[in-house]
Amino acid sequence: MRRYFARKLLVYALTFVVAVTVNWMIPRFMPGDPVAAMVARARVSQPEAAEAMRTYYNNLFGFDEPLWQQYLHFWGALLQGDFGISIWVFPTPVGDVLLDALPYTLGLMIPSVLLSWFVGNWIGALSARRKVLDNTVLPVGYVLTAMPYMWIAVILAWALGGQAGWFPLSGGYSLDIQPGWNTAFALDALHHWVLPFLSLFLVALGGWAIGMRNMIIYELESDYSSYLSALGAPQRLIRRYAFRNAVLPQVTGLALQLGVLVAGALVTEIVFAYPGLGSLILASIQNQDFFLLQGAFLFIVIGVLIANFLIDVVYVVVDPRTRTGMAGGTS
Amino acid sequence: MTLTVDDLRVHYRTLRGEVRALDGVSFGLADGEILGLAGESGCGKTTLGKSLIRLDGRMRHAGGTVTLDGDELPLADDRAMNAYRFHKISLVPQYSMSALNPTRRVGRMIRELLASRGVSVDTDELRRRLDLVGLAPDVLDRYPIELSGGMKQRTVMVISTLLDPSVLVADEVTSALDVSNQQAVVGALTGLRDKGLVTSMIFVTHDLGLTSHIADSIMVMYAGKLAEKAPTTVLTTAPRHPYTRMLIGSLPQVGARYKDKPLSGIEGSPPSLLNPPAGCRFRDRCPLADARCAEEPPAVEVAPRHTVACWKAA
Amino acid sequence: MSTRPEPAPEPAAAPSTPAAPSEPAASSAPAAPSTPAASSAAPAAKPGGEWLHYAVRNPKLLIGSFLVVVLLAIGLIGPVLLDNGNPNEYVGPQAAPPDGTYWMGTTTFGQDVYAQFVHGLRATFLVGVVGGAIAAVIAMLVGFLAGYRGGLVDEVLTMLTNVVLVIPALAVLLIINAYMGVRSVAVQGLFIGLTSWPWAARAIRAQTFSLRTREFVDLARLSGSGTWRIVFREIAPNMSSYLFMMFILLFGGAILIASSLDFIGLGPTEGVSLGLMLQSAQQWSALQLGMWWWFIPPGAGITAIVGALYVANVGLDEVFNPKLRES
Repeated sequence: MRRYFARKLLVYALTFVVAVTVNWMIPRFMPGDPVAAMVARARVSQPEAAEAMRTYYNNLFGFDEPLWQQYLHFWGALLQGDFGISIWVFPTPVGDVLLDALPYTLGLMIPSVLLSWFVGNWIGALSARRKVLDNTVLPVGYVLTAMPYMWIAVILAWALGGQAGWFPLSGGYSLDIQPGWNTAFALDALHHWVLPFLSLFLVALGGWAIGMRNMIIYELESDYSSYLSALGAPQRLIRRYAFRNAVLPQVTGLALQLGVLVAGALVTEIVFAYPGLGSLILASIQNQDFFLLQGAFLFIVIGVLIANFLIDVVYVVVDPRTRTGMAGGTS
Repeated sequence: MTLTVDDLRVHYRTLRGEVRALDGVSFGLADGEILGLAGESGCGKTTLGKSLIRLDGRMRHAGGTVTLDGDELPLADDRAMNAYRFHKISLVPQYSMSALNPTRRVGRMIRELLASRGVSVDTDELRRRLDLVGLAPDVLDRYPIELSGGMKQRTVMVISTLLDPSVLVADEVTSALDVSNQQAVVGALTGLRDKGLVTSMIFVTHDLGLTSHIADSIMVMYAGKLAEKAPTTVLTTAPRHPYTRMLIGSLPQVGARYKDKPLSGIEGSPPSLLNPPAGCRFRDRCPLADARCAEEPPAVEVAPRHTVACWKAA
Repeated sequence: MSTRPEPAPEPAAAPSTPAAPSEPAASSAPAAPSTPAASSAAPAAKPGGEWLHYAVRNPKLLIGSFLVVVLLAIGLIGPVLLDNGNPNEYVGPQAAPPDGTYWMGTTTFGQDVYAQFVHGLRATFLVGVVGGAIAAVIAMLVGFLAGYRGGLVDEVLTMLTNVVLVIPALAVLLIINAYMGVRSVAVQGLFIGLTSWPWAARAIRAQTFSLRTREFVDLARLSGSGTWRIVFREIAPNMSSYLFMMFILLFGGAILIASSLDFIGLGPTEGVSLGLMLQSAQQWSALQLGMWWWFIPPGAGITAIVGALYVANVGLDEVFNPKLRES
């Protein structure tokens, strides 16, 4: 088990280094002067502000230093939580801008990912090898999983928001309400949360249901299932075992899907102008705020790494074989 | 008689029609008897073993009866068969290495399996039986991945016989093992019978040599039909069916040099069971075949407990 | 990557899946039916004939591939039949709902949505082919080499695969596209291919690993064949159906990633794609204006292509793996 975690952590550490390095490298190896380009693109009206920005970024990039020193400084700043200063909302540090948006993204992603995983697996397990249910779950699941997240978001917004008028079309909360820890704000935020949540939930649901259905069918055809049948064990027990074993690849699948789920959340937020990381990314692209974009990139990578590690811990809990060290069998 | 099989027919549904894998087989299994079931692959021996336990989705019970301890088995009714499985008739499968749920400790799996059949576990008895096949009681606390192949096989043997079945079908249990392990498994199986934990046994194998060590009698099948059935010594020393003779003649002998006694296979291959030809199914490969073999030979008891389906044997 | 393209479930299942069913099918097929098949040397008894038999009777495969072919045909022929070469030109009335002239209505600027749709289909297929093919090639090179060579090569390649697997591909593409700017659909496909291969490489490695100790591979090794010769002569043909299914999933995945990039505003700056249509519909408030004919066709097009690919893929899986067929 220690070896298992050691390997995983090594991969995550390497991944982080690679991500940071990519982040450092891309602006530096672009043709032209990145600072001039950035300041020019930022469309700052007052010359003093533009000059301040230029000085700041020149210092930050440290172009007069050798490359390896620039690289080390980059790491040093990063480890102190310094992601640079945003251009879009100028003197605000990128870290602060991102931290403000983070709760919205997490509040959207965590419930939708977990709920779709549980409900999807449950539906998939029910439908495997049951003709009537299978004939409905399978087609619906495939349509859902093939939908681009932003499209289902647009459709839901149009139908339930625009046509039916049940939910607001955009934003994380109403403009006439001050964010704060009170019931009025909480209810309003919840009202705005429903549609983006539903978009993420539905698309992911289809994928998990189909995955579980297919996995269970493989498990029901496996040797241990045949043996139990030969000994007259009831279907209930055989299905329970099959489900238990089919869940394992679904846990791994969750880790594999994290990138896709994050991407889905980003575009969904854009559709609903939901004030999370996705909307920030859109703003940073439209305003050429590369610091914000790069900060968002690192935030996402760190978030995905943490989630991966949590899934690894869960996997050790659900798969007994990882705990027994895998070395017991000699066959 | 523990088990009586009468004119059993089981067909496989395939793309090109029904394959008559088991085409009218009759035999009896006496109390305490170990019956070796031998023949080339495709002769129907595995189908016969499976039919007694559970027909898979592509198999169809096309006729005949199987009577176990006086009850006729409802072969075609998967649910009704459950009452007999495990309690009365049980299986040590060919795939013993992968027959255990990988994510359950062996002991817990046994407990859950027994509970699902309405039986509670007698831990002392379970340990005694593990000991009988040479397993320490701590296998119960292990996951299958922690057991060696031989250990898994013996564990499965213990599980399959926990409810003291009348008939145990051992399906090609030795084919994946090396010689010393084969001996251990054969010894363990005989031990189960000698201790009365199983009444009778059907030992399915393609290895005629090994069968003769364990079986009281041997039944040789060919192309979905019985060729010859006789007590082991009779079948190995004085076989009557030309196919049995060739099968025994093709066994390598320890110490014999190829130069003096070349190994002879049997020329040709069995006929298609999709539309099997009329008459004796072995006649195309049989050196003794003549005009009469165009008619199907009945299985005749030529001597006590010795049945042969061949015109030339009478 | 945009939407769960990497079949969330499927690839996760993939490593164990095709390996499991294909092996028993080969080694322990029920003795009885396999023998007659071998002996009665009728042409239909060839394995090829067998899967063709199931292929033409599998509704999932038939419906899925029919839809893909129809959409592809629309994408190829549709633009040719239009009088106007440039789908982004302002040709009609502004914000008109569908009618006889403009089958899918017009945008706020008077662009013909149908013209954009057929051109967009073309671009969407192109990005799928380019992205899927590049990802498949990298996945095969890495997977075969790691699985066949083992040892240090395997360690290094597996580590590389895992690192690329963990980094969210869309996030990397955001950075690359934002800095470099992507002008054509083909370049977009290239970058997508470069980032979306890891799960497939992992699956191929696992398959190769289980095949490399088989007799026919040993035989080839003993006869002095080199690594790549063995891989392409002995190993790849034995998992060709699996490789094909993998390509389909990569293809569908590339389409979804591309549409997300387009939607965020990092799509190709030249031409039109279904994702770019969605982006401009979003940008110009088609939703708020109730112009459903602007945002429904592009999304429906993507869903239809990807969904049809997935359904066809399950059909193929059932054709190749007897255990999955409904009996």
